[in-house]
Amino acid sequence: MSLARREFLKNTALLSGGLVLAIHLPGCSKPQSVAPGGHFDANAWLRIGADNSITFLCDRSEMGQGVYTALPMLIAEELGVTVNRIKVEFAPAGAAYTNSLLGSQITGGSTSVRDAWEKLRKAGAQARAMLVGAAADEWGVPANTCYVEEDGTIVSPHGKRFTFGAVAGAASKGPVPENVPLKDPNEFKVIGTTTKRLDTPAKVDGSAQYGIDVKLPGMLYAALAQPPTLGGKLESFDDSAAKSMPGFKAAVKTSSGVAVVADSWWRARKARDALKIRWEPGPNATLSNAVIFRGLERASRQEGKIARQEGDIASALKAAHRTITREYQLPLLAHATLEPQNCTADVRADGCDIYVPTQLQLIAQSTAAQAAGLKAEQVNVHTTFLGGGFGRRLDVDFIPAAVEASKAVGKPVKLLWTREDDTTHDTYRPPAFDTVTAGFDRDGRLTAFRLHLVGPSVTARMFPAVVEQAIDPFAIEAAANYPYDVPNILVDYVQHEIGIDVGYVRSVSHALNCFVVESFMDELAHESKKDPVELRMGLLAKQPRYREVLRLATQEARYGSPPKGRTHGVAVMEGYGTYMAQVAEISLEGGKVKVHRIVCAVDCGRAVNPDTVVAQVESGIVFGLTSTLWGDIDVRNGRVQQTNFDTYRLLRMNEMPRIDTFLVDSREAPGGIGEPSTALVAPAICNAIHVATGRRLRSLPLARHKLA
Amino acid sequence: MVTLNVNNRDVQVDVESDTPLLWVLRDTLGLTGTKFGCGMALCGACTVHLNGVPTRSCVTPVSAVADRKITTIEGLSPDRSHPVQQAWIELDVPQCGYCQSGQIMAAAALLEQKPRPTDEDIDEALSGNLCRCGTYQRIRAAIHRAAELLTPRTTQSS
Repeated sequence: MSLARREFLKNTALLSGGLVLAIHLPGCSKPQSVAPGGHFDANAWLRIGADNSITFLCDRSEMGQGVYTALPMLIAEELGVTVNRIKVEFAPAGAAYTNSLLGSQITGGSTSVRDAWEKLRKAGAQARAMLVGAAADEWGVPANTCYVEEDGTIVSPHGKRFTFGAVAGAASKGPVPENVPLKDPNEFKVIGTTTKRLDTPAKVDGSAQYGIDVKLPGMLYAALAQPPTLGGKLESFDDSAAKSMPGFKAAVKTSSGVAVVADSWWRARKARDALKIRWEPGPNATLSNAVIFRGLERASRQEGKIARQEGDIASALKAAHRTITREYQLPLLAHATLEPQNCTADVRADGCDIYVPTQLQLIAQSTAAQAAGLKAEQVNVHTTFLGGGFGRRLDVDFIPAAVEASKAVGKPVKLLWTREDDTTHDTYRPPAFDTVTAGFDRDGRLTAFRLHLVGPSVTARMFPAVVEQAIDPFAIEAAANYPYDVPNILVDYVQHEIGIDVGYVRSVSHALNCFVVESFMDELAHESKKDPVELRMGLLAKQPRYREVLRLATQEARYGSPPKGRTHGVAVMEGYGTYMAQVAEISLEGGKVKVHRIVCAVDCGRAVNPDTVVAQVESGIVFGLTSTLWGDIDVRNGRVQQTNFDTYRLLRMNEMPRIDTFLVDSREAPGGIGEPSTALVAPAICNAIHVATGRRLRSLPLARHKLA
Repeated sequence: MVTLNVNNRDVQVDVESDTPLLWVLRDTLGLTGTKFGCGMALCGACTVHLNGVPTRSCVTPVSAVADRKITTIEGLSPDRSHPVQQAWIELDVPQCGYCQSGQIMAAAALLEQKPRPTDEDIDEALSGNLCRCGTYQRIRAAIHRAAELLTPRTTQSS
């Protein structure tokens, strides 16, 4: 399925693993039109009202990571106002909002601040220049003699004052400055200062609007019956029992199953459960985890596409005094956003509105258009708050059925999945079967490192154009950038599909590959009778940012001197432009691992909102703890066995370790922060388990292993 | 027709008696602050108070609550002034925020019972409330902070 393909090709350039740094300032090159009422649409993000309001159109989805605050902070810094003066609305779908790091309007890949870093500061600076310019013209003074007070008042050298609102109309007619200077970072007042999240008040009184909360006049509710076997199809259904149930309106055959529409969701769900449905199981009727992993293991015998090659790995391994080869396996995982997937659609003859918690507005728009039989520009996308994203809402599989149901009944329909629907119809994190080999010379020096990655590709499904020409950049993270100083390196990747859809899950392939690389580096330390930190530090001599986070984390954790009965394990990684090290402190209690503490040192460059950075590090660690301890999707006969939180376990309050986060005071450009910390948790814990037990765990989750 | 007392207001609803309270609150009464997460009392996102007792509304049939005072997040305070809400704002606890109504209702009920809860009390009272964003560390700190706001220690210097 390639819903995204057209969208992707339209926006292309992108992905290739590197960063496309073209700055896109829509609306900058042509004169501004005067909006009714004297509004000033300074650019795609910023609207100054005649009523003196400042509105930021937030073009990234707020799913907990804090863009709702961090992005207006970038604007506020250059506009010269406090962030509290800015009202935030979610932007519509639009090419103007393309994420220059990903090629479409996407919230993902921990890119939001990195993409916006120059773009939104420029947007703020440009608006300020135009507002001040309009005021200065009115006063007949040079613009550079005026200044802006932080409430959005422009002051002349003679003490005259205009609000932004008063000059909004004039500013919209003024010339658009081509090059506006940005502040010297040493003069930042907003960026780098812990700022209260703008969305907190609405999230403590129940008023924040998530997709599930949307209510439209005349709206009906839908529950969806999907094929129990992944990849299955509807054969036929009998709704005669459902029809007599209270509130029933219609049973609609959709592209993803039967949507039962009723006048409340509970009634829709009960009627759905009363349907008699015949499903055609499809091609996955005999698919199981055993089959999936046998396939991956077989595929590992192939050579892969090369992600990184230095020196001559074959000769180096042949010449090695000693080689070590190990196999690692990682399971399928579910995203488990706490808000189940949902979409509200209002399809009319001439257009359609969708209200949806989504991480990619343009593809949501084209998907809805296709389902409605409309053109993309006839679909308005209203992004709500997201009750968790984690990559799940980069998929749009929950949109078509809502649109089709609305079209069929001629009314707005809110379609909501149950938890069981959500767990059993996810796009799961790719499993992996990876082989890693090291060669040492006679003096015990590491001379060769080969990492052979095998797994299905998310990008091949979602953005096939990318992998036609190149290796999936989102399969080789924390692998191709192997940081250790080894003369001969080969990292390659075999794409092996498994019959079911896989999706991007928080930290994506970092979480797979960091487990393998950082566990294996620990193995090499023990094999060469060196301390794991000492070995790493020695091989990171040319990597100051890695060294600094490793130094800081081990210092703060008192690495090497754990409290009695506990052990330490470490991991270090660069991902999303952020450098991170973690020390896990664990003990074994009754054959089970207890995680007492995680210490995390972070160099994410300049932190825009430092308190949010700390919150994201903690959040990512908890996500990593959950998957390390229990994350395991079990497919049998093509059906996912886990259904709800009793069988797909998430970390709870009483299982929460202490987390201590330390930020390196960095002046580098910002790195991403929503995802990297997830990836280091598993290797740090497994390395600590090795110290405690002598056992090396090469597969996850820990729940699969008896440690007594 | 069932008569309910929700946030100190009597309301009449016309639903089947087995309808979970959650869906009456959300879809019939428009009180969407209470969230649906699991439908099996496993995640706590739907936590409301029944006569002050934290209860999972997703498994509570509406017929069972006709004689009880129901309090939802919308009824906790009219202006976010409840000490738990104040502490949550002070510590910027929420991330995605979806579970937070349930967390706040569970925390508020705990503080009614135990004005100065220990970490063990918090574990016991809050371990039924999942947070996929992992805000537990801040929730714990915010409950302790709310306890201070409720009953300031006389010895406190500031």
